[in-house]
Amino acid sequence: MAAEPLIHLAGLGKAFGADRVLDGVDLDVRAGEAVALLGANGAGKTTLLRVVATLLRPTRGVARVAGFDCVREAEWVRARIGLLAHGAWVYEDLTALENLKFWTTLSGSSGTAEGLRAALAAVDLERLAGERVRTFSLGMRRRLSLARLVLTAPRVLLLDEPYAGLDPRAGKWLDGHLTAVKAAGGAILMTTHSFGRGLGVADRVAILARGRVAHDTAVAALGADDIRQLYELHTEEMS
Amino acid sequence: MSYVRRAWIVLWKDFMTERRSKETLNALLFFALLLLFLFQFALGDDRERLAAALPGLLWLGFILSGLVGLGRAFLAERDHDCWEGLVLAPGDKSAIYLGKVAGNLLLMLVVETVILVLFTVFFNVDVAGHLAALVAVVLLGTVGFAAVGTLFAAMTANVRAREVLFPVLLLPILVPVLLGAVKATEAVILGEPLSTVARWLQLLGAADVVYLTVGILTFDAVLEG
Repeated sequence: MAAEPLIHLAGLGKAFGADRVLDGVDLDVRAGEAVALLGANGAGKTTLLRVVATLLRPTRGVARVAGFDCVREAEWVRARIGLLAHGAWVYEDLTALENLKFWTTLSGSSGTAEGLRAALAAVDLERLAGERVRTFSLGMRRRLSLARLVLTAPRVLLLDEPYAGLDPRAGKWLDGHLTAVKAAGGAILMTTHSFGRGLGVADRVAILARGRVAHDTAVAALGADDIRQLYELHTEEMS
Repeated sequence: MSYVRRAWIVLWKDFMTERRSKETLNALLFFALLLLFLFQFALGDDRERLAAALPGLLWLGFILSGLVGLGRAFLAERDHDCWEGLVLAPGDKSAIYLGKVAGNLLLMLVVETVILVLFTVFFNVDVAGHLAALVAVVLLGTVGFAAVGTLFAAMTANVRAREVLFPVLLLPILVPVLLGAVKATEAVILGEPLSTVARWLQLLGAADVVYLTVGILTFDAVLEG
């Protein structure tokens, strides 16, 4: 019998008033797999991630992470996920190192000074460890958020536009890190607007349109141009 | 141990943030100074009026500056979506609440100390002889204020009209603390032993316990919104 997917969504719906943003999403992400979620602005990609991350309650359907229900067993889900959201989760008057120390301690991890510095070094922020985040650019803040995920090493990664604001070097590092997460048996669900970076790491691409997964296919079977055409087909249908 | 570490890291974060930015502290100290000037201007040199009004004025100063400070308690969490991070942090969320209460308590006590010193200078009041009793009363009152204030600050942090809602919701709940604190402070300033206001002190203590307990039990739901 096949193992249960690390992320399992079945008939998932989320409505804000009369607006049904998600309307029957079915999607599985297995261990060692990365799925890139494509969709036009407002297609519900971020909403979907927030439901899986237990930040929003679904209106209907099932969302499970590592076998735990995202509504009834949210605490168990939270212990297994790492979320990279639009906001960087940084306190501007703390240094980079202090921000990492805060979030790792709060998540119950015992981040040693060496571990914190190693995580900063991984995202090329070690020389700025003692600098206040107030002076950081958007990309640097993004890298600091990624360092947090490196430290807490969750089994399931939920990434909202992870490559946004990253320079090529940081993007390349992220490719390597996500590949390592997959190799270690983790699962990755990430949203992206890019047909370049991100899709290289993804095993499957799912296109979200009209609140559903309109297309779910293996990346290996398609080239970047094929994916772009599929994306345009489904997003044009939407408009 | 993890619970204590998590509460401590929240207190440490608030302390470091405030120590570096001094945004709230500077605003509170300036506000307190302004209040004292106004009180002095309104009351003049009439010693009798002063003695009767002093405990109330002192706590009015504490409460007004506390409202300004507590209203900013979750500003940093709203910026850059740190609130989400707190929600997703595994474990008992009451540790976060207690850390925030401790941070707010510390800030309020610093401001109250400054207000108290300025009061003695502005109004020529001698509290040196009853300092220990006064500290005990102020501490009891401030713990209750910080406990319920932190909870309500979290409740209103993400609503649009929070500047209006926060004091409107909080002040009625604070009535037991205000009554107990003003009565006990009055007795201290008049040089009466604290035993004469034992019931008011019991009320203050009970309010502290109730507010802290309610905060610990409900903060998780408040944080989840």
